[in-house]
Formats: sequence, C-alpha cells, structure tokens
Amino acid sequence: MNMIKAILRREFASYFATPVAYVFIVIFLMLMGAFTFYLGGFYERGQADLRPFFNFHPWLYLFLVPAIAMRLWAEERKSGTVELLMTLPISPMQAVVGKFLAAWAFAGIALALTFPVWITVNYLGDPDNGAIIAAYFGSFLMAGGFLAIGSCLSATTRNQVIAFVLSVVVCFGFLLAGFPLVLDLFSGWAPQFVVDGIASLSFLTHFADISRGVIDLRDVIYFALVIGTFLYANMIVLHWKQAD
Amino acid sequence: MLETRGLTKRYGQHTVVNNLSFACEPGEVLGFLGPNGAGKSTTMKIVTGFVAPSEGSASICGHDIQTETLAAQRRIGYLPEGAPLYAEMTPKQCLNFIADVHGLKGSHRRDRLDMVIEQMHLDPVLNQSTETLSKGFRRRVGLAQAILHDPDVLILDEPTDGLDPNQKHEVRELIRSLSADKLVVISTHILEEVDAVCSRAIIIAAGRLLVDGSPEELVKRGGSLEKLFREVTQGGLQ
Repeated sequence: MNMIKAILRREFASYFATPVAYVFIVIFLMLMGAFTFYLGGFYERGQADLRPFFNFHPWLYLFLVPAIAMRLWAEERKSGTVELLMTLPISPMQAVVGKFLAAWAFAGIALALTFPVWITVNYLGDPDNGAIIAAYFGSFLMAGGFLAIGSCLSATTRNQVIAFVLSVVVCFGFLLAGFPLVLDLFSGWAPQFVVDGIASLSFLTHFADISRGVIDLRDVIYFALVIGTFLYANMIVLHWKQAD
Repeated sequence: MLETRGLTKRYGQHTVVNNLSFACEPGEVLGFLGPNGAGKSTTMKIVTGFVAPSEGSASICGHDIQTETLAAQRRIGYLPEGAPLYAEMTPKQCLNFIADVHGLKGSHRRDRLDMVIEQMHLDPVLNQSTETLSKGFRRRVGLAQAILHDPDVLILDEPTDGLDPNQKHEVRELIRSLSADKLVVISTHILEEVDAVCSRAIIIAAGRLLVDGSPEELVKRGGSLEKLFREVTQGGLQ
C-alpha cells in the first residue's frame, strides 16, 4: 500500500510539474463547454438536466484520455527511468496500479472542475441531482476504462505518439463495439456468440444507462472488469518487454 | 553476498552474456572491465532484476533475483547506465521519492537525506529540475539515490562517466569509504579507476569472463593493466 502511495504521489506530482496538466484541464473544460452549450443545445432543449453534457463525454475522452495515459510508461522507457523504477523494491503490480491511480485521480480532478455546468443547471431549473451524481460517477468509471487501455498500450512502446494513436484506435473500437462499424468486421465469419460478446463490450451502451442516472451493477462490474483486465495486461506487457 | 551462476543472456542468435559465474564478498570493490558492448551493463541489469537471464541465476545476500526479487532489490543500490532521472522532478523530489519507496521515516530519513546531499554536494541544485542539471550533477543525483538507503550491495554502472577530475576523485573517495562493510561493483572502461579503487577486477569480452584477480595480479600477468586488457580483449591470451 505504501509503495502504491509513493508511486501515485510521484506520478501525480509530475503531471503538475510541467504545463501538461494545466493545458489539459483548460482544453478539457473549454471543449466540454463548447460541446454542451453549442452542439448539445443545452439552452434550446429547455430541460433542466445534463444529458447534452454527459452525451459528449465518451467522445471527448476518446481523444483526451489517451493523452493523459500515453506518457505513463512510454516516457519512462524513453528516458530510461523505467530501469530505475523496476530495480527499486517495487512489484510490477504496485507500479502499474500506482501509475494508473495517479492518472485516474488527475482525470477525476479535470472532471470535477466541470462543476460550473452543474451549478448552472441548478440555477436555471430543478434537475434530478441524484441522476447527475450517478452520471458523474459513470463518467469517471468510463474514464478509468479508457485510462487502463491507454496505460497498457503505453507500456508497449517508447514513443508517446504511437502510444496515443494505438490507444485512440483501441478505445474507438471499445466505444463502438456495439455498432455496425465494428460488428461488421466480425459478423461475416465469426460465430454469433462471438459477435454478441463483442457487441456487449461497448462502452457507449454501458455508459448510456449510467448517464441517464441509472446505476446498474452490471455496468459498474463491466467497467471494473475492463480496468482490471487491462491493468493485468499492462503487467504482462511490462514483464515481457523487460525480458528483452 | 553477490553470486552469479552460469549467467547467460541471448537476444535472438546473439549471446550478450555467456555463462558468467563469479562471487564476491562485502569489503570488496569489484571492477567490471571490458570493451564497449562486452556485456557489462547487461550483466548489471540482470543482477539488479531489470532483465531476466536466458539461463543461470544471480543472488544477492542469499536472495535469488528471479524468485525473491523484492527481497534482493531491497539490498541493492543501483546506478543505471547514463544515470536516468525523472526530468521534471528536482533532486529533492527524486530523493524523497526514493526515501518513500525504501520506507525511510522520521529522523533516520532526515539524517540519511542530509548525509547524501552533503556527500554528493547537491545543495546548490536541490530545487532545480533535473533536466537543467549538468552531466556531473545528474550523475551525483543518481549516486545519491543509490546510496540513500544504505544498501549492502552497490552496483554502479560507470559511476564517474562525465565527471571532471575533481568530481571523479571525490566519487572514488566515496566508493573507498563505503567499501569497508559493503560490496561495491563498478563497471568502467577507465583502467586507472581500477588501480584507484578496486580490490579485484574482472575483464569480460563478448560476454565471457576472461580474467579475474586483484589489480596487482593483473599487472604482474600482463606487464600493465592496459597491455593485459588489450591482449585479452583482442583475443591474445585465452
């Protein structure tokens, strides 16, 4: 636990040691606002809820979360500090979890800073705040899912651009797993249960319920499993990269 | 204390470390010599648990590096090749992170931090990000993090590379002062360093152990260290 905390602290501080954190947060908030109020038609809908706001989260995360995750391992590999890190008495599990939690906490802060939207909707009307909290929770979980994928792929390379592009592509696949764009790749040759299985992996479908304010245990378990699986894969990638 | 048995590392067809066996005890300063690409750094990476060997094993204070990795790593202070550091952190933050990882607490932690900062003369740059430091300071921050937890085994990959003559002298003094109760392994291709600090030297080339003995023995055998080094690494003696 102490090791995870030490890694988490170091990693979290390093986001704020460079302008990366501030640039990211500003861009994130600006895009959130632009999407919600212009594309989402927040005012025109005349409804006191945050649907237009949360509907855009998966799409914003698709590009912004890999940008947080890409440096996690690729940068360590490039600068050689991975050798320092992995020869300290830290297990790969502690390193992976500590780094992931730092990135997740950072994403959480960016998400929490969208609170003016919530204040606005409460000022203008009388929204269901329980549903909004649930949707925030779902959005945070989904960010965790994207981050775990990004962290795992970051460990495969020493180049952050490659890590970013790979993560966006894989996250896009997960986002749209339930849609023809992805399913058509499989429906021609794979058995039906495989196609159904892939369809049920869609981030969008799992997020859709939560963003309406319905916390279904299955959706929570789904995101927890995605995070767990990719962090485990992350450890395997690290181990396998270290052998060479 | 530090033992390797039949250590071998292959990358595809290429054998980088070839059946390397040696043991050393506390009080020894082992100089690891060899031309560039001889397998010095790879051996150090294996012994510290960063790279897995293809065959053979290594142990630190009785702990196998592959099966009891963390127990072995707790005993090691390691300066990797090129002294990599987190660029955006200051030396102070780096050292605090290392202290956290080693679980140093309270007054012991403060004492150790003060001590290594003084030994490495890091005071003037303590709050400057490491990417802006000169090569000499970076190396000294690397050394400071390696000795911070007062490890039994110190493994230093080219510890004096990039230092000026005064700094080299200080690092050698430091190594000598540490070696009373510790085991120090340094890799180098600077032969004068062997004379200056090592109590024993191993010459490897193409991953094989070619010569193992005290610097005096090596000089006796080859006339001078340099002559011996050139002869054996170019395939003369063996």
